[in-house]
Amino acid sequence: MSDTPLVDELEKGPWPSYIKELKRMAPRKPAVADLLKIQEVSFKEKKTHWKHGGIVGIAGYGGGIIGRYVDDPKKWPNVEHFHTMRVNQPSGWFYTTKALRTICDIWDKYGSGMTNMHGSTGDIILLGTNTPNLQPLFDELSAHGFDLGGSGGDLRTPTCCVGPGRCEYACFDTLDFIYDVTMTYQNELHRPPFPYKFKIKASGCTNDCVAAKGRSDFSVIGTWRDSLRIDQKAVKEYVDGGLDVQQLVVHKCPTYALEYKGGKLELARPEDCTRCMHCLNVMPKAIRPGIDKGATILMGAKAPIMEGANISCVMVPFIKMEPPYTEVKALIEKIWEYWDENAKNRERVGELIDRVGLPTFLKAIGLKPVPQMVMAPRSNPYVFFRDGVDYKLELKK
Amino acid sequence: MPAETDIGPPDFKTLIPKVVKDNYGQWKYHEIVKPGVLKHVAESGDELYSIRCGSPKLVSIDFIRDLCDIADKYCEGHLRFTSRYNPEFLTAKKGNVEPIIKAVQKLGLPVGGTGKGISNMVHTQGWIHCHSAATDASGLVKAIMDEMYPYFVGEKTLPNKLKLSLACCINMCGAIHATDLAVVGVHTKIPAVIDEKLGALCEIPTTMAACPTGAIRRHPDKDIKSVTVNPDKCMYCGNCYTVCPAMPIANPEGDGVAIYAGGKVADARSMPKFSRLVIPYIPNNPPRWPEVTNALKLIVETYAKGGRPYERMGEWIDRIGWERFFSLTGLPFTEYHIDDFKFARTTYRASTQFKW
Repeated sequence: MSDTPLVDELEKGPWPSYIKELKRMAPRKPAVADLLKIQEVSFKEKKTHWKHGGIVGIAGYGGGIIGRYVDDPKKWPNVEHFHTMRVNQPSGWFYTTKALRTICDIWDKYGSGMTNMHGSTGDIILLGTNTPNLQPLFDELSAHGFDLGGSGGDLRTPTCCVGPGRCEYACFDTLDFIYDVTMTYQNELHRPPFPYKFKIKASGCTNDCVAAKGRSDFSVIGTWRDSLRIDQKAVKEYVDGGLDVQQLVVHKCPTYALEYKGGKLELARPEDCTRCMHCLNVMPKAIRPGIDKGATILMGAKAPIMEGANISCVMVPFIKMEPPYTEVKALIEKIWEYWDENAKNRERVGELIDRVGLPTFLKAIGLKPVPQMVMAPRSNPYVFFRDGVDYKLELKK
Repeated sequence: MPAETDIGPPDFKTLIPKVVKDNYGQWKYHEIVKPGVLKHVAESGDELYSIRCGSPKLVSIDFIRDLCDIADKYCEGHLRFTSRYNPEFLTAKKGNVEPIIKAVQKLGLPVGGTGKGISNMVHTQGWIHCHSAATDASGLVKAIMDEMYPYFVGEKTLPNKLKLSLACCINMCGAIHATDLAVVGVHTKIPAVIDEKLGALCEIPTTMAACPTGAIRRHPDKDIKSVTVNPDKCMYCGNCYTVCPAMPIANPEGDGVAIYAGGKVADARSMPKFSRLVIPYIPNNPPRWPEVTNALKLIVETYAKGGRPYERMGEWIDRIGWERFFSLTGLPFTEYHIDDFKFARTTYRASTQFKW
């Protein structure tokens, strides 16, 4: 009879089993053998057996390692320390097998052999090693061209979608932009200088495959300013293939901007199009983004702690995204300066905006208010005319 | 010699396959050839096939080496991962697609996760690694994905894609607050206060400030360097435990999961929206959490039946109304579902328009 009957249950079933993965490592990694036992006990007792992290790290770095200790080291001595190392992933999670095998070999030498490919933020997660191994592990990773990701009150590892590497929807070079900001802000990434975490994520279009709008303080979303492009020959191919263009494309356009007449699909009211991507998603062969491409910058997304969850809101309706991204970086730095000066401890930038109000925040970072930033103007009469009235009505003739 | 610092990640340009380098930014369109197989065509006429497969996220180095063996054999040593942990094998050769699928399936990995179905479930660490987990992550996800498997491999389809996620506490490291269907670990009992440790381990003002509802106060006895928790104000977020280890909140009797539905981040058709509470509490029941998997199946199947083509879960619910969501699924609606936190009023119905 197995001593881990509950855990063994999860080896069954069609979905790949993490228990099988743990069992592959357990014979040669005593830490993983303990981990399996802990999982069994957690299943039995319905609770975790990990303690708060202590401060552990790498010389010269303030983040990148999550300290982790088991609550009963006598019972599970091989995981007394079980720290995590976050390793900064390459843009778009592209790898050569040589690079991956190198990481595997180094991790085999210094750690549990268990990983996440990847963690929620995007890093390569090396899950479980002890304190003495941390520095040599880092040294060898560094010697092979890898570096740490973020943790704590710093710039968290920036992430992006596959972008121009594979996707026709990409309205800017997400891979290059994310690599560029990661390299520019190595200090902010490695030595926590901020009141709390700051996440930058970039998606090449508003389908948002890295969920930037849902979880990053600074979300860069590809879009275009002119009209989408329609290839009538490809439209006909879709129609001949049985696609109901009227029902599934025209009727489902949220702004009724499209028309399908006489076998032709037209953007009849381009000024109504909100570039939502629905028609492109249904007919990627026939409809493409416009030519004048760039990005919308939104800000403030976060999980609930502590004032409630946010989805990012528009700050810059359109910006060209070309290296060296001077304008975007200037904006990021202005935001950091204001946030650093004004935030409370552990206050995300979105919460700071909520506390001081968007008008104050805009003034501080030097952005002009535009209607694209709001769903509607205020409905209450409580306007602060602090410095007198800075408004003069001039009607266009 | 000390290791070099701040070298940053490897430059992606040194890691992308030749067909990507040759056609960088010049992709024209794509199609889903079959579940798990994407074909991207470039302006040049070059083709790129991506074979996507499932992964348990928590994997061994031997798993990665297995993937590398396939990529060495068929993909000139190149592969990538998606934002939902799916490994993808990339090849310019159409003839390699079937051999890759066979090799992947031989490893026991499903090929799929594309189009109108369910891709891999984004999740956190749970009892395998996290101190603040109210439920497990990898175990619960394995149990859920075993049930959702037909939607991953394309045996069953849905009106549109359905993104599943799981966070093992309300810190929500998986940012589950904007996904179609989400499972969140919740505590339902107030934290313990270990008076004899608190003074030494925690800074009292920081601990008090960590509470979103002001439920934490200094201990009334000045000689005791500790705090008290007002049970009427505490909503079990665990933020105090994050800053103060002397306030453990895990409680096997009270911990469990809540289920949220209808969120999204994409702007296609409708704007991004928050996921909303549909089931406030299900106790933990490892290793397979049958009550959770059954509830998720019920919601997915109700959406599969009622959703119109291209409607995301949240768009289907917006069309039919939350009142119909509860009547169609048969899930009970209770006082717990009505918001009483910060933006509560925006969720109250200021209209006589509703359905039965």
